[in-house]
Amino acid sequence: MKYSNQLWKQRLAGRLPAHLAEEIDVFEDEIELRRQGKIDERVFAETRLRRGVYGQRYDNGQRHDGITTRKLPYPEDKPTKGPNTVWDAPGMQRIKIPFGGLNATQLEVLAELAEEYSDGVAHITTRQDVQLHFIHLDDTPAIMRRLAAVGITTREACGNTIRNVTACPYAGVCRDQVFDVTPYAKMTAYYLLGHPECQDFGRKFKIAFSGCSRNPCALVRMHDFGVIAKTRENNGRLERGFEAYVGGGLGAVPYQAKLYSEFLPETELLPTLVAIARLFTRLGEKRNRNRARIKFLVDKLGIEEFKRLVEQERAQLPEDPRWKEALEEIPRYREEPRRPAALVEIEPAGSAEFREWLRRNVYRQRQEGYAAVTIALPLGDITAAQLRRLADITRNYTNETIRTTVEQNFLLRWVSEADLPAIYEDLKAAHLAEPVANTIADITACPGTDTCRLGIASSRGLAAELRTRLLERREPLDESVRGLRIKISGCFNSCGQHHLADVGFYGVKRNKGRYAVPHFQVLLGGQWGENAAAYGLAIGVVPSKRVPEALERILGRYLAGRQDGESFQAFIQRIGRAECLKMIEDLREIPTHQADPSYYVDWGDAREFTIGDLGVGECAGELVSPTEFQLAAAEREAFEAQLHLEKGEAGEAARRAYEAMKRAAQALIAHRLGRAPQDPEQVVETFRKHFYDTELFFDAFARGKFAQYYFNAHKRNGGPWDEDAARKQIEEAQLFLEAAHACYQRLLEQEQPVI
Amino acid sequence: MEVQHINIKIFAREPAPADLAGAIPVFHRWIQQDATGELLIDVADYRHVPEGPGVMLIAHEAHYSLGPTGGRLGLLYNRRTPATGSTREKLEQAYSAALAACRRLEQEPEFRGSLAFDEGDVEVIFNDRALTPNTDETFEALRGELEAFFASRWGQGTFVLEKTGEPRERLTVRVRRSPETALRA
Repeated sequence: MKYSNQLWKQRLAGRLPAHLAEEIDVFEDEIELRRQGKIDERVFAETRLRRGVYGQRYDNGQRHDGITTRKLPYPEDKPTKGPNTVWDAPGMQRIKIPFGGLNATQLEVLAELAEEYSDGVAHITTRQDVQLHFIHLDDTPAIMRRLAAVGITTREACGNTIRNVTACPYAGVCRDQVFDVTPYAKMTAYYLLGHPECQDFGRKFKIAFSGCSRNPCALVRMHDFGVIAKTRENNGRLERGFEAYVGGGLGAVPYQAKLYSEFLPETELLPTLVAIARLFTRLGEKRNRNRARIKFLVDKLGIEEFKRLVEQERAQLPEDPRWKEALEEIPRYREEPRRPAALVEIEPAGSAEFREWLRRNVYRQRQEGYAAVTIALPLGDITAAQLRRLADITRNYTNETIRTTVEQNFLLRWVSEADLPAIYEDLKAAHLAEPVANTIADITACPGTDTCRLGIASSRGLAAELRTRLLERREPLDESVRGLRIKISGCFNSCGQHHLADVGFYGVKRNKGRYAVPHFQVLLGGQWGENAAAYGLAIGVVPSKRVPEALERILGRYLAGRQDGESFQAFIQRIGRAECLKMIEDLREIPTHQADPSYYVDWGDAREFTIGDLGVGECAGELVSPTEFQLAAAEREAFEAQLHLEKGEAGEAARRAYEAMKRAAQALIAHRLGRAPQDPEQVVETFRKHFYDTELFFDAFARGKFAQYYFNAHKRNGGPWDEDAARKQIEEAQLFLEAAHACYQRLLEQEQPVI
Repeated sequence: MEVQHINIKIFAREPAPADLAGAIPVFHRWIQQDATGELLIDVADYRHVPEGPGVMLIAHEAHYSLGPTGGRLGLLYNRRTPATGSTREKLEQAYSAALAACRRLEQEPEFRGSLAFDEGDVEVIFNDRALTPNTDETFEALRGELEAFFASRWGQGTFVLEKTGEPRERLTVRVRRSPETALRA
């Protein structure tokens, strides 16, 4: 381990919440086990993904340099960190920020991590996460410890899990909200984190909370499960609940979520989510990754049948006392201002820049005298130095109430209106006061070919180019155009949410002769409002280098042709796809490579365009069964046993070795019977009945010998141990684990595929 | 004192070019040509970030970036993997790599005549808060090594060291040739 990483481990020992400390220790063990080749690469890949440790472009160890595809000569003395993934290749750390809520100390730690382990820049994602790029796997435990010390976990940031629970960043201060959904989002995020019913999904599962149906801030209808705050009268009492939607999602095939319930009482929120998780685990597609999201299950079953099955699951759920406890916490959630409210004229005298900033970036809260301020980040990027300045501003003007947004920005809440001139000056000094929030220049883009394995064209390169051109225009934009939204994805997978934009783009490739040319598909008329109520219309592809012209044409045509007060969506609907295509048709012409080679190079790049660097994405995670995870956990126990033995702790070493055997036995029992007992006595008896007496566990040559090791260890467990006896038990545990893996393999071969 | 990650920033002379787009093809060529002898991976464009890293050459051992971090253009050598040897050897390695990159950039067609670096105006950043916390004690502990190194490069008594920045930043030391020495250089 790198010396500084050791130091962080020592320095933060005892300062982390115990459960987070243990999780990180476990992950560190898993890294070591993989290094020793004791964990399968697929299991390790899914393990790290579930800690937010993601792959990046070129981590397969090769890259097209513009002339040829070359091997990147990483040191060859290490294993892979996943299928076709080089250990030393830079990766990405995704950091889950439930509902986008951060405080000043957390901002400072993010700044430190960006500087010390990344490239000095933190990136806000379209799901309110923070991402650090170009991270080395060996540094990730230190990163996680430093985050855990300020209350952040990266657990289940990627992989086939419940991803970050997002919420409207205005929740609590929004003028239109029914009630503040923040504590509900928080409750859901932490209740479902690591929940046993959410560990065997075929794909990821995304949840969003919105305080109202009118505004788009949470994009409920594009989520696997999304809710909108609602109340109803019940015996003279105002009851809280949610309008609930299920089965939405973007990706290559976008689906609008279906209405699951017009009113899901707050008491039913967590139980319903657990019931859905159970159903998704049971019936969700596992083999075909392209159809494994819950939207396909909802579509296949129909919403009524889906609902019936969820209710059936719900009826069988044992009562969990945490449902009630979590709800009791809701009224205690408070966000307080730091400074007194001040009712001031919101557009006072001041520079034109300041007035423009007030107009674009400042939102008057429902609480009189307070405002929420958007900090528009270019492409979601913020430097470490800016994060520190922002931490200061957050402390000075608010009670550390800041959130990330799905438009890759920050939102400072509870700013006293009297402080607006001062906060503007402070933000401006940190280059954080660009007056472009909620305008066409505030472009959203996924990482695209910059760092994503799946990127086809440079979404960030195009976003930066369009942004620059829009900001540098001599002629001011008409107000009806200024309020439009542009969203860009590097491929059809929609991480840039291109379907929801007035003008959306996603990267594709076309050929001209023997050359590949970067292109973008143009989508028009998507609806960001009303929680992502409608998806855009694909009208055709344009060479990447002609997208700026295409945008000018589209905006110009709208300005010239719109009828009184006609919205952009209505205009696109009215003129239709064929007419839209005409606007850009001539731009689809590509000069020959000889005539203009610039068309064959993407934005922000200098290499001849190729899609030869495309890899297999890790968005879908690795399909790893709970049995494989349990067996990996058993391996980890055996590894810990060895470490204790090396420290001269024979008793603990023997206990861990026994624990390893018990966990492996539980893994096999759970695989065979659905659930495994927890009581050690029952584990032994169940294992004996179903694996020993049936000879299922028997080795062709050793027969039941390895199972006997476990039975003997069980009998001896708790007794005194000397070093030799403990060593022997560790060796026997290792043999038992080998036999467990072999048995699992035999079971898989015997079993019929699940239809 | 154990030191693992030394960053060196060599500042550009004024007037510095405002447009850094030229660095993109330059860094891509460096990858094609294995120009630095290190494992060079990719180019990242951060020109849209104010006072950000500008254009970065992503590498296994160390990233290089030509950008205005801290408000002034320079070439930053950002060591990633721990370097070997004594602190002095690590300083030598980082400074030599940064300086070589500066000289190479000055000669590239995209920047020839428009970009020049002042090797006598340098920031040394100790990019590791655990090993080298940003305190006066750490600075004093490292001062001797820094003085000896820059004296070997520029001559005894020809430069000034100054600890800069605020406590939350990484330990950063500005090293400048004194004006009369700089004039002679």
